[in-house]
Amino acid sequence: MSILAQAAAATTDKATAQAIAGATNAGMAYGLAAIGPGIGIGYLVGQSVQAMARQPEAAGMVRTTMFLGIAFTEALALIGFVVFILLKFV
Amino acid sequence: MGALITSTAQVEGPAPEAVIARDIIKRAAYVTPAFLLVAGLIWGMNGAFSAAYGLTIVVCNFALAAALLTWSANISAGLMMGAALFGYLIRLALIFTAIWLVRDAAWVVMLPLGLTIIIAHLGLLFWEMKFISASLAFPALKPSAVSKESSAQ
Repeated sequence: MSILAQAAAATTDKATAQAIAGATNAGMAYGLAAIGPGIGIGYLVGQSVQAMARQPEAAGMVRTTMFLGIAFTEALALIGFVVFILLKFV
Repeated sequence: MGALITSTAQVEGPAPEAVIARDIIKRAAYVTPAFLLVAGLIWGMNGAFSAAYGLTIVVCNFALAAALLTWSANISAGLMMGAALFGYLIRLALIFTAIWLVRDAAWVVMLPLGLTIIIAHLGLLFWEMKFISASLAFPALKPSAVSKESSAQ
């Protein structure tokens, strides 16, 4: 009887450990996927502001390309996020 | 030397972000039936609902990004930088919350929801980029009010 109880407890512990590992991996995947776009957006906007400071007459064009650049960079984070929700919830 | 933009000076000129976001939202309205149809055919009604939710998230994300940048650029270039970076974090958190809230809902299917977010985001961006790069490369071909009037006559 006690062997059965120990086996059941071990199975539960294994399942819990697997759930914890899965959640940790999914969270790390999402976090790592968000770092790159964060650096990219910071660099992109910094360079855009510098470009606008150098050539204020081109500010409209710079802002247009900056907005598109931000959205494209953000797509990387969204892909990481979708991988996270698929790992976590499916 | 021309006008100087410092980090505390506001960025002058029209706000192209709002125009781009409006364009993207308009195009999203065009492609919505196709997304709903495909998701509905593969995953059923729940898939169509999930695709609609994903499209709503993408459109709201673009609109919020444009609103934040336009608002902050009217104040200062430094604030625009901050709004771009922290806006990115805030929007990621909002998308996470939007999905977290409906994760256990009966009408949510995660696969079409996730696929819709990625495909709609990238597809709408490429569509808009094609339009913008064409108008930047060939500004003379951009339709103007005068040419529209003359073609109507």
